[in-house]
Amino acid sequence: MKIRLVELATARSGDKGEKIDLGVFASSELTFAWIVQEVTTERVQTHFQPLGVTRVERWELPKLRALKLVLHGALPGGAARTLRGDNLGKTLGSALLRMEIDAPPGWEERLD
Amino acid sequence: MKTVRIGAGPGFYGDSWAPVRATIERGEVRYVCSDHLSELTLAILAKDRAKDPQAGYTRDLVPMLAELLPLALPRGVRFVLNAGGLNPLAARDALLAALARVGARARVVAVTGDALLDRLAELEAAGLAPTPFEPGGAPLSQVRERLIFANAYLGARPIADALALGADIVITGRVADAALFLGPLVHELGWAWDDWDRLAQGAVVGHLLECSAQAAGGNFAGDWQAVPDLAHGGFPIAEVGEDGAAIVTKAPGTGGRVSFETLREQLLYEVHDPHAYHTPDVTVDLGGVTLDDLGGDRVRVTGARGAPPPERLKVVAGYPDGWVGTALMGYAWPDAEAKARAAAAMLRTRATDARLAIDEWHEEYLGLDSLHGPLAPRPAAEPNEVYLRVAARSAERRAAEAFTRLVPPLALAGPPGAGGYGGLMPARELLGFWTGLVSRAAVAPRIEAAEVTA
Repeated sequence: MKIRLVELATARSGDKGEKIDLGVFASSELTFAWIVQEVTTERVQTHFQPLGVTRVERWELPKLRALKLVLHGALPGGAARTLRGDNLGKTLGSALLRMEIDAPPGWEERLD
Repeated sequence: MKTVRIGAGPGFYGDSWAPVRATIERGEVRYVCSDHLSELTLAILAKDRAKDPQAGYTRDLVPMLAELLPLALPRGVRFVLNAGGLNPLAARDALLAALARVGARARVVAVTGDALLDRLAELEAAGLAPTPFEPGGAPLSQVRERLIFANAYLGARPIADALALGADIVITGRVADAALFLGPLVHELGWAWDDWDRLAQGAVVGHLLECSAQAAGGNFAGDWQAVPDLAHGGFPIAEVGEDGAAIVTKAPGTGGRVSFETLREQLLYEVHDPHAYHTPDVTVDLGGVTLDDLGGDRVRVTGARGAPPPERLKVVAGYPDGWVGTALMGYAWPDAEAKARAAAAMLRTRATDARLAIDEWHEEYLGLDSLHGPLAPRPAAEPNEVYLRVAARSAERRAAEAFTRLVPPLALAGPPGAGGYGGLMPARELLGFWTGLVSRAAVAPRIEAAEVTA
């Protein structure tokens, strides 16, 4: 069964030059372990392909139950040059949460 | 063990300083530190200075301190602000003049030495010219003639030195955001400049506080609906011990929330590699940081590890890079999206007919995709309304302005039922940035004190 990442995580994003920088946060150890498995650099890059992302960097921070993601090329020209309404990339954290992932074990039972 | 309490001021040029009142009155702080500069702000200040050589600092400085100093000076609260922007000395003098008018006594110290634009030829001659930040990046020479500012990010040392001179107010130009907070911590707690783990803790405190309310429940992606009274949200305060351990909190009676959840979002905010968060004073590994939620809006922060900082300092430089004209018009149900798209097509035809030299055309549909762009799925139901936003870029200011004048006629000549047109928006100048690295040998921070004693 597929679910959206928003079911398991929150995210905050910001800009740095032409890059977008995201933190992804889980509420428990268990969901963090699942997110680590599901939110891979390859899947994140595919998800953001329409925005022209060229490379994704990813770090795991278990003490914070968090992932750090950096999307290269996500903001061509940077904040003061882009024509986008969201010139600072503050909404791209929530755009990541649209990503579809496999539901963790027991998810369907939880819904019953 | 000695501790020092330090509070956050505004987190950017345009942020509120109202929450700082509670920090000073009820937060028992010794310092208020505030970040007024972004890359974009430096570009705005460069334009101000081009019009007036006595400008170039952020204009919130004088009104902010006029309101806060009467609360702060009797309590011995000192300020560290990078509101000096591109002209810390003019900022210092403007502040001194304002203080003299009200008969306040204060020692103001400016930190300078970050400005490189007027020194580029000298640095090139000495073989110390800045080089691109990213390997393979464009060389400085490509944008050199167009630059309107170029500044190195200074560290915390000149701030600590200014405080040792007895500054009530330290005004800097471009320093690393975290250094605004690390400077007072080093000054108060006597840390050595190679005590990497303590410096790392100080830099983490600075990073947590530099974005003001973002560490206290603002822009919180978690259960934001449950955060109390954001309208009266407090700014974060840190109580830091000699050993570097810190407790982050906020003033009693303020809204917002300081918790594990709100702080972890800010801890990772815009840091890139969390195992190598670079500042001019220390490179920080955030991997071991523990956020221990004590309840009652108190979180204990420990475990940052430090290493020597990069040998070279980061440089940010900016240059004008064309103009953008913006169109905004709303369309109502039925067929709101079809109307907005037809209006966009009409604008495009008329721009072509007028031979406007438009280099880039960006369409967004507010209510459909203006924030998530191509990642936004189609709406499940027909929307009540859709706004068209077009941003048209041109190298020529006139073309960008002419584009905005194509918008009003849509009301009578375009698709039916247009509303929400807010008037002609002035064309806006776009800015390109160049980031680089420069040898520390090329950058000499200076502190320049002055005071009003009347």
